[in-house]
Amino acid sequence: MYPFDTAPLDLILGVVLLWLLIGLAGLARPTSLRFVSRVLFPMGTVGGAMLLLVAVFAIRVEPVSLVLPLGLPDLPFHLRLDALSAFFIALVGAVALGVSLFSAGYFRQGEGTVPGLLCLQYHVFLSSMVLVIVADDAYLFMVAWETMALSSYFMVTTSHKIAEIRRAGFLYLLMAHIGAIALLLCFGVMHGEAGQYTFDALRSSALSPFWASAAFLLALFGFGAKAGLLPLHVWLPEAHPAAPSPASALMSAVMLKTAIYGFLRVTFDLLPTQIWWWGVVTLVLGLLTALFGVMFAAVQSDMKRLLAYSSIENIGIIFAGAGLAIIFHAYSNPHMAALALVATLYHCVNHAFFKSLLFLGTGSVLHATHERSLGKLGGLIRNMPWVAGLSLVGALAIAGLPPLNGFVSEWLLLQAFLFSPGLPNPYLNMLVPLGSAALVLAAALSGYVMVKFYGVIFLGQQREEKLREARDAGLWERAGLAWFAMGCVALGLFPMAVILLLDHVTLPLVNFTLSAAISGSGWLLFTPVAAERASYSPIFFLLGIAGTLLVTFLAVRGFYHGRVRRSAAWDCGFPEQTSRMQDSAEGFGQPITQIFEPFFRVRRQMPDPFSRRPVYFKTNEDRLWYWLYLPIARANERIASWIGVLQHGRIHLYLLYSFITLLALLLFVR
Amino acid sequence: MTLDIFVSFLSQLTQTLLVVLIAPLMLGWVAQCRAWMQNRSGPGILQPYRVLFKLLEKDAVLAHNASPLFRSAPYIQFGCMVLAASVVPIIETNLLFAPAADVIALVGVFALARVFSALAAMDVGTSFGTLGARREMLVASLSEPALLMVFFTPLLIVQSSSLNTIVDTLAHREFALYPSLAFAAVAFVMVLLAENARIPVDNPATHLELTMIHEALILEYSGRHLALIEWANAIKFTTYCAIGIALFVPWGIAQAGGWQVLPGAILALFVKLGVAGAGLALLETISAKMRIFRAPEFLSMAFMLAALGMLTLLLLGA
Amino acid sequence: MSAQLINLMASLMLLIAFAMLAQRRILSLVYLFAWQGAVLAVNSLIVGWYTGHHELYLSAFFTVLLKVIALPMVLHYLIRRLGIQWDVETLINIPATMLAGIALVVFAFNLALPISQLAETITRGTLGIAIAVVLLAFLMMITRRKAVPQVIGFLAMENGLFFAATSATYGMPMVVELGILLDVIVGVLILGIFFFQVREAFDSLDLKHMEKLKESES
Repeated sequence: MYPFDTAPLDLILGVVLLWLLIGLAGLARPTSLRFVSRVLFPMGTVGGAMLLLVAVFAIRVEPVSLVLPLGLPDLPFHLRLDALSAFFIALVGAVALGVSLFSAGYFRQGEGTVPGLLCLQYHVFLSSMVLVIVADDAYLFMVAWETMALSSYFMVTTSHKIAEIRRAGFLYLLMAHIGAIALLLCFGVMHGEAGQYTFDALRSSALSPFWASAAFLLALFGFGAKAGLLPLHVWLPEAHPAAPSPASALMSAVMLKTAIYGFLRVTFDLLPTQIWWWGVVTLVLGLLTALFGVMFAAVQSDMKRLLAYSSIENIGIIFAGAGLAIIFHAYSNPHMAALALVATLYHCVNHAFFKSLLFLGTGSVLHATHERSLGKLGGLIRNMPWVAGLSLVGALAIAGLPPLNGFVSEWLLLQAFLFSPGLPNPYLNMLVPLGSAALVLAAALSGYVMVKFYGVIFLGQQREEKLREARDAGLWERAGLAWFAMGCVALGLFPMAVILLLDHVTLPLVNFTLSAAISGSGWLLFTPVAAERASYSPIFFLLGIAGTLLVTFLAVRGFYHGRVRRSAAWDCGFPEQTSRMQDSAEGFGQPITQIFEPFFRVRRQMPDPFSRRPVYFKTNEDRLWYWLYLPIARANERIASWIGVLQHGRIHLYLLYSFITLLALLLFVR
Repeated sequence: MTLDIFVSFLSQLTQTLLVVLIAPLMLGWVAQCRAWMQNRSGPGILQPYRVLFKLLEKDAVLAHNASPLFRSAPYIQFGCMVLAASVVPIIETNLLFAPAADVIALVGVFALARVFSALAAMDVGTSFGTLGARREMLVASLSEPALLMVFFTPLLIVQSSSLNTIVDTLAHREFALYPSLAFAAVAFVMVLLAENARIPVDNPATHLELTMIHEALILEYSGRHLALIEWANAIKFTTYCAIGIALFVPWGIAQAGGWQVLPGAILALFVKLGVAGAGLALLETISAKMRIFRAPEFLSMAFMLAALGMLTLLLLGA
Repeated sequence: MSAQLINLMASLMLLIAFAMLAQRRILSLVYLFAWQGAVLAVNSLIVGWYTGHHELYLSAFFTVLLKVIALPMVLHYLIRRLGIQWDVETLINIPATMLAGIALVVFAFNLALPISQLAETITRGTLGIAIAVVLLAFLMMITRRKAVPQVIGFLAMENGLFFAATSATYGMPMVVELGILLDVIVGVLILGIFFFQVREAFDSLDLKHMEKLKESES
């Protein structure tokens, strides 16, 4: 079962220590790129591999606790590793492995921050995320949470000389802290009368339904702010593109998942019961977020912003699954709750893999071409075949196409939606299946987005001359990308293995395991509910398509011929075909803008027929920024300016303030 | 035991080969019916076969910048469609490969083929290719939710998403009027027209590039690649018709291993496909192609009908 | 068997109500209304046959007379005299209207579930559909800009109420039915005259011109 001698929690803490040491070592020789890239990051990779290995075995083991005497005198650090934590640690380890491998070949000099400092920020980020996941009391949780936010802030503002990036970083930090305040309040509410803040104490404190709902809503707000749930998502499309690509990958793949971990921990573990309308709120927010994310992704013209919005979409899908699990659990349907929870967790790991793959791929493209805008890329499949091929796997996986991994989690989630009639509430009975249509719309539009993303960057003609000199990624980068691509394929072809692991997670949370229901279908067929209800065999799928491909290829070559001639493209006989004639990113998104116009805030400037230098531009902006954030920011400024009246620089008035305060204290506090 | 598996494999192979071979015939039949309704003598039912053989003979002409993705996309599309044809219960249920995919995975297979064709269209980087790619993906994104809702109604009736189980159960119930299935059937026909690029969503015989959706995707293909793509489209069309028949008029389908009933099942299939083809030809003759931006309305109407069917099922129990 | 036929009729009513919601052309609306009347009449016939309430035959006859023949002819004449038969109305965003329609259908079905458990007629399952038809017709009235479709929506609402009466209580007392029919005839005649006046005042039947009335007050 568990092959190592040392307890899993100790090994995990060992890896955390290793990472912290690597980070500090980076400070020893901060400007030496060679040392950081070739020595430190590969060591970090080893740490990631250790973490993955330990966590995968630790999922099946009993929960382990530890108390570290660090921290404040009366508040030691409590740590605990149970199945849910182990699963997320495995996720962190797997992603850290691939991203560190990629980063070993990625970082260049002169990107704004010295490599040693970047190494420190990176490894502190990784360590803090692990600590968030194993934290067993609110204190360590918040300390690690804040460290996570701070270290990622520094990574986001790596190229801090650009004003836009500084602004993005500020917004990011602001939203992170608003979320953190909500989390503190949430822990405070759950704490109630208990003396301690350990999770055990929080678990056992008795909460009335009102306070439990308050705690849930605060948790949804706080974790949603970190995860990028609507309407707290505005920082995501700014911050993720601003960071260097490995940092973006880590943030998208792992940091958002720590928020999901926190949400699941609070809702299923710490809160005593679940109420059905919590699930409905989560489900609705999740579906809205998914649709929002994918619609905005379809109209972007910056490749990293497109991926950031796609992350918002996937987080929406994850929250929708979590909401469904809450609904089923509240109505005491453990089978369906387990199914929805498994779908949610599976999608977490899937998203981690394919989003990292794509972000890292864009990192390679960025380094090869120095262009982020989709309007200046194109045709890179010829110059960068490795990156193109591996990114194709990632793009197909995000679009939810069989037999890759994105399809499996979407399939599971749809199964959970489909078998939901059977709920006692008739409104839910009718509305939940309609909600599945929103999910399918989001999935189908993500196919649209991925065709746009892959087609504009890698296919077609090259839109700029300098793209001809683009060179493929180096060996380290290819290794990192290949790790994720293999992960996507493996997670898609062998879902049974993952479900068996996830069973250990769902058992303590919803008291049901899917494998009990699957009995005897073997590793070939995937039947989470029952064989005659639904089944899917990804291996048959792949073999079927590949087999037919081979047979057809050979038959056509055999009976006919395989002659090929090359000539200019046909394009219905148009003689002049420049690269400007193919679709641009804005053009590809135009049907979406037209059909879903009420959801965007479109600003257009049409060219004036009489001007000498006509200009046309169109931007798609986020309405929520203008409806929600700007008014709040302005109100904030107004209130601050009122309070600012107090500050006027006159010393005797400041002395007067202190004097009054002293008098008041003497009078009222005996 | 192994004899059983061998027999199942044989019947699976029979079904797959049958669908693959008669798919162009189905297209030819629809074109011939259209010609008759338009009072002209058509090209003959076997015309698609002649076209296929002609194309297979020719050289494949590729653009200078066509990548390996472009060259392999036709094979991938063909493979996907053959897989879909193997999974749908067309002449008998309980086939060997049937558990490999349920209705959602079936939708996924079609999506896979479509994404590859869109990517291939973007590969050469011409204006019409990319135009076709984005229109095709747009219509696809809107028709997938409608298709899922259509599948929902039989799924809820039978409590299973495996096409096998659905057909088995519905074929062996006594004849009953299910209004919810009627709604779902109308919605399914609308989605079929959209997904297979028929009028009123797209004109399969158009030569005007600005009105093309599907034709624009295959503009750059020639020779054996074009033959495979056309064949794959024919198989897709036949499979869609077969899915509709299996869901809404399943009577006459054979159980697995029942050799005696098989010829009857094949005959029933031909009759049903013939009627379906004639009906579709009639629909095409009396409608006109819509503007591309009316397509979302068309598809949302299909979605609403399907949703209505599901709600009617939940209320009336029928 | 009877339950299935009645379910079929109910589904057709719902389908026609939805089709009216999405229809752009005014003449097609009139034909749809005529079809709705026909379905209503057939439904009354079926219920009358299976339950032995013979006054439902009479009610079906009146429905055919009025709602399938007379009213559509009157509306047709009106449309031709007003010269609007080629008008194509721009609706407020069909997909959004459809979504609102679905939401109304879900609401109506849920409303009707407890009631249908209490009723003892063979048509009790269709009460939800009847309420849905009423609500959909109301929605149709709200989302239209021109005058004549609004009238058709009002008439469709009355059809829905009639259907609800058939499904819950096997029809209304004959006196009530005759009274309602008379009201409908008179109402349509008055509205017809009204439309001519509107057209004379504003040269168009677009109801947004009615908003000008408030300025003319001041």
